[in-house]
Amino acid sequence: MSDIILNIENITKSFPRVIANKNVTFDIKKNAVHAILGENGAGKSTLVKILYGLLEPDEGNIKLNNKDFKVNSPAEARRQGIGMVFQHFSLFDSLSVKENLILGIDEKMSYSDLENKLENISSKYNLPLDLDAPITALSAGEKQRVEIVRILLQDPQILIMDEPTSVLTPQEVESLFVTLNALIKEGRTILYITHKLEEVISICNTVTIMRSGEIIDTSSTSNQTAKTLATKMLGQKLDDLKTNYEHIKDEINFEVKNISCDFNDPFLTDLKNISFQVKVGEIYGIAGVAGNGQSELMDILTGENINIKSGSITFGNKKIEKYGPQKRRDLSISFVPENRLGHSAVPELSLSDNILLSQFPKNNFIKNGMILKNNVDDFANNVINEFKVITPGNDAKASSLSGGNLQKYVIGREISSKPKILIISHPTWGIDAGAEHSIRESLIELSQNGTSIIVISQDLDELIEITHKISVIYDGNLSKPFKTSEVGIEKLGLLMGGKNE
Amino acid sequence: MNSLFPSIVSRSQSSGLMNFFVPIISIVLTLITGSIIFVLLGFDPAYALYTFFISPISSTYGISELFVKATPLALIAIGLSYCFKNNIYNIGAEGQLTMGAIFGGGIGILFHDTNAFWLLPLMIFGGAIGGSLWGLIPAILKTKFNTNEILTSLMLVYVALYILDYLVVGPWKDPFGYSFPKSRPFSESGRMPLLFDGLRVHFGLIITLFLIFVSWFIFSKTIFGFQLKVSGYSPKAARYAGFNQTTLVLFAFAICGAFAGIAGLAEVSGPIGLLYRDISPNYGFTAIIVAFLGRLHPIGIIFASLVIALTYLGAEDAQLFLQIPSAVGFIFQGLVLFYLLGAELLINYKLTYKKLL
Repeated sequence: MSDIILNIENITKSFPRVIANKNVTFDIKKNAVHAILGENGAGKSTLVKILYGLLEPDEGNIKLNNKDFKVNSPAEARRQGIGMVFQHFSLFDSLSVKENLILGIDEKMSYSDLENKLENISSKYNLPLDLDAPITALSAGEKQRVEIVRILLQDPQILIMDEPTSVLTPQEVESLFVTLNALIKEGRTILYITHKLEEVISICNTVTIMRSGEIIDTSSTSNQTAKTLATKMLGQKLDDLKTNYEHIKDEINFEVKNISCDFNDPFLTDLKNISFQVKVGEIYGIAGVAGNGQSELMDILTGENINIKSGSITFGNKKIEKYGPQKRRDLSISFVPENRLGHSAVPELSLSDNILLSQFPKNNFIKNGMILKNNVDDFANNVINEFKVITPGNDAKASSLSGGNLQKYVIGREISSKPKILIISHPTWGIDAGAEHSIRESLIELSQNGTSIIVISQDLDELIEITHKISVIYDGNLSKPFKTSEVGIEKLGLLMGGKNE
Repeated sequence: MNSLFPSIVSRSQSSGLMNFFVPIISIVLTLITGSIIFVLLGFDPAYALYTFFISPISSTYGISELFVKATPLALIAIGLSYCFKNNIYNIGAEGQLTMGAIFGGGIGILFHDTNAFWLLPLMIFGGAIGGSLWGLIPAILKTKFNTNEILTSLMLVYVALYILDYLVVGPWKDPFGYSFPKSRPFSESGRMPLLFDGLRVHFGLIITLFLIFVSWFIFSKTIFGFQLKVSGYSPKAARYAGFNQTTLVLFAFAICGAFAGIAGLAEVSGPIGLLYRDISPNYGFTAIIVAFLGRLHPIGIIFASLVIALTYLGAEDAQLFLQIPSAVGFIFQGLVLFYLLGAELLINYKLTYKKLL
């Protein structure tokens, strides 16, 4: 029994509408990487928040090194030896690395002590840091390093990492894995939260699979494959998606030419001479690590920002770079921005009302300024049925839907109007695998019916799965397009990291 | 064991029930606090509250007065909801009311010896134009120069009041008025018709009810109302939908100004009958409380305007019978707003008692 560091027994936690954890019981072995695998909403985050003192369980016990473990705050959890690196960084952008590290320490420490300790940590765990650089100047991978170092300064026995690779390039992921291995050699334990199957197999020793708040299985990863894990995680088998190039017509549907845009804002990325073309029926992917100009480009493609410095957007034979969103919709161009709550949907409004955010000429929702409620309701019901949105009805507020359901609804709303172009950003960001699969499926189907689709996404696996052509955006520059079926992930990874040989 | 102090936990969905109860909670708390104040002043709270809230409306005349006061409050409040729904903080309804009174009243002064059916409609129209022009100034400043509408609309209140002041002591002074700072009286056809003989409640009430109905229709049935709502909830979603924010801001201010202007004209052509310095006991400011107490809903605003109108009447009676300054009415209005803003927390949050370890 001595090699067990953490016993989790019968943890139950319920929220008003859901039971997030139900009798969760498993052990974590010392000196190993233990994965918790599950879809979004499976209860992984709730469980680690309990471990880190952010939530209080309704029932159950936790034992750390065979002693009762009960904490009320993250500071207490850190004192007892549990540290956590969150998916979203909590760093002060305008301060330097050193300042951020000092702010994160619970006990008092002198500058020289800190620097000695830092040097030690940096070299031992492959975590090089420029202490005087401001956080704004760092890449996502570097920011994550700061977070990890900050936690390591407190010498935790168990390090919880929540979806650590979600914002990293493939090369940064490699270097993270080197760090994790060094930590294990030191005798530390890592609790690795993820929904990515390959990562579980490549670096984790044990895996606990969660589905709808319950533990499905805890086992060694040595005899698992991605397929067996996926089946357990989802509780069902998903068909492989297939794209083919046959239906693409040799006709340019949408062309962006030499778009440049300066923002004069340290928090925005200037766009430099962006050009691409999309053919009828083609799915074009734009890959890249977040913050390299994706949202700025998206605003220009939707018409929410029409103040560009130079360049043109052509649809058919119309120049549309000066058109606002509604004028573009009138030409049957449709968009789904990244953020559901408050951008592509209004959480406070009903599903029916949310239909009205995106009106196409043939919709017939408005007559003489009056809303034709019946038409809107019919359309909403149609979207709900066709895209299998789980909701009590079209009068439910958008905020009451889960992320995946709302995303299916929003995308369904756009697809139902049969647009000629669909421009979509992060279509499956933060949603469960079931919804993810059905959204990807409907995008492929839409393209087969002749719609051109532009997908901006950080998720390389997604882009490789559904696109025909792929480019990488880095620091406001867009690479030339590659045929998806021919380009290697290695090549894309280098481009995402800004290395262009 | 539970901890002594509740902790505030966010609700998964905002509570519809609380949306209804928040105004009631805040009124109850106001009454309790009011009683405490009366006790501290040395009055029997039951008697004081009776004097304040019951005796003013225990006669037909009192009820008519209640409607006289509630009319401008409700009309301005429904106008303000066009702005507030869109998250525009127009604080300057008092100025827009004053400008409406000046424009509409000016027409009344110009035609002081004319008796014709068209005079009152023309004055109402003038009031609406005056108010909306005054409302458009902060709107244009906001859309063109991104100024803060709270400051500009508020400052314009004082500009409007001084313009009125100048007019009634200067060019528009009644030549037969013994140098009192007031204008000529309007002709009989420039006055709001009274609804009942011997009572002051006037045709402005009908106009108000009509405009409240129209506003209900706009808010719930038209795309314009929908656009106001969306850009209030989420400007980003409104931009995504392609709604023109500039137009929405201009329209919201123009409509609000027009309603306040009509309210101002209805005051001067109703109970007053001429222009003078103090045409409004801060109706334009108090209507902000009415709008929020009524939760920006037409029906809610009708009830809220009656409650707040009662504080005006109660303050007068308190001054007469309890010999306390009528400013106590403002204390009650302030208390209602104070508790209202506090209680709004309950719509999106709830109080729970945490188990102690």
